Amino acid sequence: MSIVSASLDHAGKPDRAFNAEALDADARREARGMLALLSLGLFLVFAVIIVPIGWLFWLSLFDEGGQLSAANYARFFEQASYIKTFVTTFKVAFTVTGACVLLGYPLAYMLSQLPRRAASICLIFVILPFWTSVLVRTYAWLVILQRKGLVNTWLMDLGVISQPLPLANNFAGVVIGMTHIMLPFLVLPLYASMKTIDVDCLRAGMNLGASPAATFRQIFFPLSLPGLASGLVIVFVLCLGFFVTPALMGGGKVIMWAMRMEQTTSLYSNWGAGAALGVVLLAVTLALLGLFHWLLGTRATGVWSRR
Amino acid sequence: MSMENALPISHRQRLWLYALGGLVMLFLIAPSVIIVIMSFSGSSLLEFPPQEWSLRWYESYFGSLEWRDATVVSVKVAVMTAIVATLLGTAAAYAINARTLRLTGLINALLTASLIIPVILIGIGTFFLYARIGLNNTLTGLVIAHTVQALPLVVLTVLSGLRSYDMNQEMVARSLGAGRFSAFFQVTMPQIRFSIVSGTLFAFITSFDEVVVSLFISGGETTTLTRRMFNALRDQIDPTIAAISTCLIVLSIVLLSAAQLFGRGR
Repeated sequence: MSIVSASLDHAGKPDRAFNAEALDADARREARGMLALLSLGLFLVFAVIIVPIGWLFWLSLFDEGGQLSAANYARFFEQASYIKTFVTTFKVAFTVTGACVLLGYPLAYMLSQLPRRAASICLIFVILPFWTSVLVRTYAWLVILQRKGLVNTWLMDLGVISQPLPLANNFAGVVIGMTHIMLPFLVLPLYASMKTIDVDCLRAGMNLGASPAATFRQIFFPLSLPGLASGLVIVFVLCLGFFVTPALMGGGKVIMWAMRMEQTTSLYSNWGAGAALGVVLLAVTLALLGLFHWLLGTRATGVWSRR
Repeated sequence: MSMENALPISHRQRLWLYALGGLVMLFLIAPSVIIVIMSFSGSSLLEFPPQEWSLRWYESYFGSLEWRDATVVSVKVAVMTAIVATLLGTAAAYAINARTLRLTGLINALLTASLIIPVILIGIGTFFLYARIGLNNTLTGLVIAHTVQALPLVVLTVLSGLRSYDMNQEMVARSLGAGRFSAFFQVTMPQIRFSIVSGTLFAFITSFDEVVVSLFISGGETTTLTRRMFNALRDQIDPTIAAISTCLIVLSIVLLSAAQLFGRGR
């Protein structure tokens, strides 16, 4: 293959090829070329994401008088309205994640058990919403759930209720809308991981006399847990920073973290406080993803590459 | 999974599972279907199913100068974002795939950062930066911000195409005298073009549907469609939005089908 055959020096170690320097220079040139290909993309990410976030972090360290202080962070523990925002955010995130598991696990399980053709048709029901504008889907839920919306009209026509149920512009509306938006983020990674479970393991269990339920409980379910965990983490993290649905469906009563950031910066122009909120949100997000990566050894962000 | 691989459980035993899965699928698809049907309603109350049918909300959409301007802005930004993100993303994916650089983990993390960093933080940060360099309310600013958000999708899609491609083919072309660029454009690109086109479509739709960052950095003459929709929804539920939503849903279906078709061509 190569015209250079490595000779051995006196110590028996391979001698460096006589054109080693030329090869090194070549490798360096190659690396420079690849870096050039990456440079524009990296530059944009650096300029639009890293620099502004770094800048905001810097701002968050100063109080309104321009003095270095932790006032922007201390406020989170002192002011009841901030504490309420965090409590609401985590309450929504936990509820939505729980709802996604309850709805998403059976769907992913069904998809993984269907023949390939049927599964790919059913997958359209997950992928189409995934790629439909969040705004469009939130609007749809507003129309369906509002006071004179579909659900209330139907239930009242059927005589089930006499007064319209409060479904939109409150906690319930936010949870329903967000569950719809987050569900594909749970189903897609979970389905992908369920597909990799070896059917022979399940068949072996059944051959040895386990009932279908026992096979599921003792073999399938434990093997599906890593995929479930990955979906859970990504949904939870996305919920923490979610803006559009709570802003439109919360009726001003459900103030989540991201809305608080928007209000603090746009409405009150308090950049230090808004930035501090952002820094903590980013820290919590990265900590959760890092914890997941450390515990399971895989990244939770696979959902975007496994479409 | 082929059928002979299936477990000895009959479909009948699984009826409950199919019923449950079907309900969840209904939950996922129903909102879009309902909006599409309602958008053809003749009354301003948006009843379902509509008592009378009409195209008045479509007329109201296409007849309004404001909505039309916003749509034009969104299309312009999405087309430019798709082009820029495809060029930068494909170049980056090629470089990552070549594995000649160290720190690939860090490079990957940076390029895909916009997927996990809360969008609200990107929105506020971009607004803050743009306020200082005069890019707020400009098309350029929107394209740059959207490109950063679309970049990871292009990189990941093209990378998955490159992973199933044998790079030795490009080496062969180069050893036969082809230059670096002609080897890529004549040998590699035709074989990964389906991934590249998919990446472009994903970039387009990412930009077209983007709300949060646009909310901060677009305005005035560069108000995007999603920003105008968001503000309209904050005030009251205007049935015109049902017609616009239907157009957006159709756009998603068309682009996804195109991506699927291209993907199958592989």
